[in-house]
Amino acid sequence: MSSHAHSAPHAMPAPTGFISKWVFSLDHKVIGIQYFLLALAAVCLGIVLSVLMRFHLVWPSAHLPFITGGQMTPEQYLALVTMHGTIMVFFVLTTAPQSGFGNYFLPIQIGAADMAFPRLNMLSFWTTFLAFVAIIAAFFVPGGSPISGWTAYPPLSGLGQVTGPGEGWGQTMWIVSIALFCGASLMGALNFIATIIDLRAPGMTLMRMPLTCWGWFVTAILGLLAFGVLLAAGVLLLLDRSAGTSFFVPASEVVTDTLLNHKGGSPILWQHLFWFFGHPEVYIAILPGMGVASHLLSTFSRKPIYGYRAMAYAMCGIGFLGFMVWGHHMFISGMSPYSGFAFSVLTMAIGVPSAIKTFNWLGTLWNGKIQFTSPMLFALGFVSLFISGGLSGLFLAQPAVDNRLHATYYVVAHFHLVMGVAAIFGIFGATYFWFPKMFGRMMSEPLGKLHFWITFAGAYCIFMPMHFIGIAGAIRRYADYTGVQYLAQFQPVHKFMTIAAFITAAGQLIFLWNFFWSLKHGAKASDNPWHATTLEWSTATPPPHDNFGGHYPSVYRGPYEFSVPGVTEDYVPQHLAPQEVPRSK
Amino acid sequence: MPIASVNDVVEIIEPKRGGPSGPSKPPRGFGGGGNGGGSGSDSPGRQRAYVTGMTVALGGILMFFMALVSAYIVRKGAGTDWRALIVPRILWVNTAILIISSFTLSRSRRHFLRDDLQGFRHWWYVTTALGFLFLVGQLIAWRQLNAAGVYLASNPSSSFFYVFTAAHGLHILGGLGALLAVAFHKGRRMSLATSSSVVAMYWHFMDGLWVFLFLLLTLGR
Repeated sequence: MSSHAHSAPHAMPAPTGFISKWVFSLDHKVIGIQYFLLALAAVCLGIVLSVLMRFHLVWPSAHLPFITGGQMTPEQYLALVTMHGTIMVFFVLTTAPQSGFGNYFLPIQIGAADMAFPRLNMLSFWTTFLAFVAIIAAFFVPGGSPISGWTAYPPLSGLGQVTGPGEGWGQTMWIVSIALFCGASLMGALNFIATIIDLRAPGMTLMRMPLTCWGWFVTAILGLLAFGVLLAAGVLLLLDRSAGTSFFVPASEVVTDTLLNHKGGSPILWQHLFWFFGHPEVYIAILPGMGVASHLLSTFSRKPIYGYRAMAYAMCGIGFLGFMVWGHHMFISGMSPYSGFAFSVLTMAIGVPSAIKTFNWLGTLWNGKIQFTSPMLFALGFVSLFISGGLSGLFLAQPAVDNRLHATYYVVAHFHLVMGVAAIFGIFGATYFWFPKMFGRMMSEPLGKLHFWITFAGAYCIFMPMHFIGIAGAIRRYADYTGVQYLAQFQPVHKFMTIAAFITAAGQLIFLWNFFWSLKHGAKASDNPWHATTLEWSTATPPPHDNFGGHYPSVYRGPYEFSVPGVTEDYVPQHLAPQEVPRSK
Repeated sequence: MPIASVNDVVEIIEPKRGGPSGPSKPPRGFGGGGNGGGSGSDSPGRQRAYVTGMTVALGGILMFFMALVSAYIVRKGAGTDWRALIVPRILWVNTAILIISSFTLSRSRRHFLRDDLQGFRHWWYVTTALGFLFLVGQLIAWRQLNAAGVYLASNPSSSFFYVFTAAHGLHILGGLGALLAVAFHKGRRMSLATSSSVVAMYWHFMDGLWVFLFLLLTLGR
C-alpha cells in the first residue's frame, strides 16, 4: 500500500459534538446501534401486546384497570393482534437483523470504512424512526389502533370508520407508517447492495465474504424488489380510503345498513400485491438469521462451514423462489386449481435449498470441537426452530390441507416458529456474539445460558400445542373461545400456552438485565474474544471511527479457516498474509 | 476429517477497488479541480458506488411502477365498471418533449466527454427546460380532464391515469432537482463525471418509463 493508504479512508471526518456523534450520526456503527435500540424498544412493546392477548384468551372477562370500561372488547383484541404483528414483523424482524447488525457489521466484515452512502443511511434510520412514531401514534388517535391485522385486507381496511373503531384514523396511521417504512427500507437496501458491490477490501471476493454478508446481500435485494410493491399498494389503499377511488373496495358494500359509494374494486388485487411483498418479507426476516447461524456454528464448532458455496447459492435460491410463491397465502381466497398447483409445487421447491442449509449446518457440527457458548446455543436453537417451523410449511403448501388449516392456530404455530422465534434467536445469537465488539465488554455467560434455556423451552411450550389445537379446529383471531363448546374444550391448552408465554416473557428480563448491566460492568473484552476469523475481529474493540484505524485491510482467504492442519492456532484470520500465519514445525 | 489446507487458498486477488492506492483518473469538474471533498470520497470505488446505487435505485423504482401496472391490468379485467379513458391530446406533445429531452441530454454528455464544458452546460440547460415544459404539459392535461369532468374517483381508469401521471411526475420533479443540482455543481462528494452520468441514467429511465406508461394508457386502455 502506498503512503496514501494511511490517510483516513473515511469519507466523513469523525464527529465531535453529541448530536452529530450520537443523534444525527453518519457512522454506520452508531446507526446500527440506533436501529438495534429501536428494535429493542419495539420488541418489548410487541411482547407486552402478545402477553395481553394470551391473558385475554384465557381470562376473557377479567377486569383490566388500564382499559376504558374495564373489559377488553373483541375489537380491542383485534387491535392487539394487528399492532403485535405489525410491530414485530416490520420494526423488529426487519429492523434488528438487517438494519441493526447489518449496518454495524457489513462494512467492517468486507473491510470498508463505512456504507457507500452515509447520509442516505442516516436518512433511512430517521425515516424508520418516523414510521415507528406513526405506528405508535395509532394507539392514541381517535378510535385507537386498526383491527385489520398486519395484512390489512380490504374491504375492512379500505372503508374507514364505519367498519370498526380503529379503521378510521388508526388505519390511516398504519398506512402512513408502513409507507414511510417502505421508503426507509428501499434506501437501506440500495445502500447495502452498493456497499457490497463496490466497497469490498482488496482480496475480499464475493466467495470470501462471511455468510452473514451473503445473508444481508440477498435480503437487501429482496427488500429492494419487495418494498416498492407494498408502497404502491399502500398508496392505492390510501386513495380508496380518502379519495373515494375503487381499486380494492368492491361495489355495493353495505356496512351497518349503509350502502357505500364504491365501484367494483378487487380485494384479491390487494392480496396479490401485499403477498408479493409479504412472502419475500418472510425471508427478509429469516435470511440474516441464516447467515448469523452459519457464522456462529462454524466459529463455535471450530470447523469451516460445511459447503460454503452451497450455503451462499442456497440463500440466493431461497431468495429467488421466495418471489414466486406468494399465492400460497391465498389458497383460501379462491384461485384456479392450476395456479394453486404451481404455487404449491414452487413452495415445496423451497424445501430443497432449505434442506441444503439444514444438512450443511448439521455437517458443520459433525465432529466439531463444539463450544456451548451463549451465541452458539442460540444458533443451535435457530436450527432447531427452523426445522420445526419449516416442516409444517410443507403441509401448508398443499392447497387441500391449507384449506382446512389456514384459518386455524396451525398457521400461527408455523410462522411464529419459522420466521418469528427462529429470527429472534438469530438476533439473540448475534447480540451475544457481537456485544463485545460493539461495546467493549462481555455479556454474562451464565445469564445468557439461563436466558437461552427459558426462551428455547418457552417457545416450544407456547407454539407446539398450537399445531394440535389447530388440527383439531381451533380458529385463529377469535377474541373469546369460551362461549362455543367445541372451541371451549381447548381452554386448558390455551391456559398452558398462556402461562408458558408469561414465563418466557419474564425470561426476557434476564436478557435486558444482562445487556444493560454488561454495558457498564461486564468483563473487559479483548479484540478477538471468540478467536474468530473475520475482519471485525482484526480491528480494535470497539472499532475506531473509520473501522480499521487509517488503513484498508487486505484479505487473503475465506472466512471460515478453522482447525487448519499445520497451523499453531485453531483459526486463521482473513487478513493475515500467508507469511504471517503462525505454523507449527 | 478433511479440512481445506490453508495453502490451497492463499493467493491474494489483485485489489479490485482502486482505493486511495489504486489507479485513479483525475476527475473532471466545473471550474477546475472538481471534487475536493473529504479524503476518500474521490476514490474510484466510491464514485462507482454512485453508479451502482443509481442502477439499484432504478430497479426499486421499476418494481414500484410495475406493481401499479399489474394492478392496472388486473383491475381492468376484474370489474364491469371500467370505462376506457381517452387521454388528452396534449400528452402526445408532452411525450415528444420528453423524448427530445433525452436526445439533448445525450448531446450534453457527448460534449462533456469531449471536455467541451460550455456545450455540456448549454445542452444540460436545454434538457432541464424541456423537463419543466413536460411537467407543465402534464398539469395542462390534468386541467383539461378536470374541465371535462373526469376526476380521480370518476372511474378506475381515470384513477389509474392520475396515479400514473402523479407518480411519474413526482419522479420527474426529483429528476429536475437533480439536473439543477448538477448544473450548479459545487463539486463536493461526487465528481461531475459521476453526477452527470448518474443523473443522465435516471432521466433516460424516466423517459423510457413514461413512453411505456403512455403506450399502456393509450393502447392498453
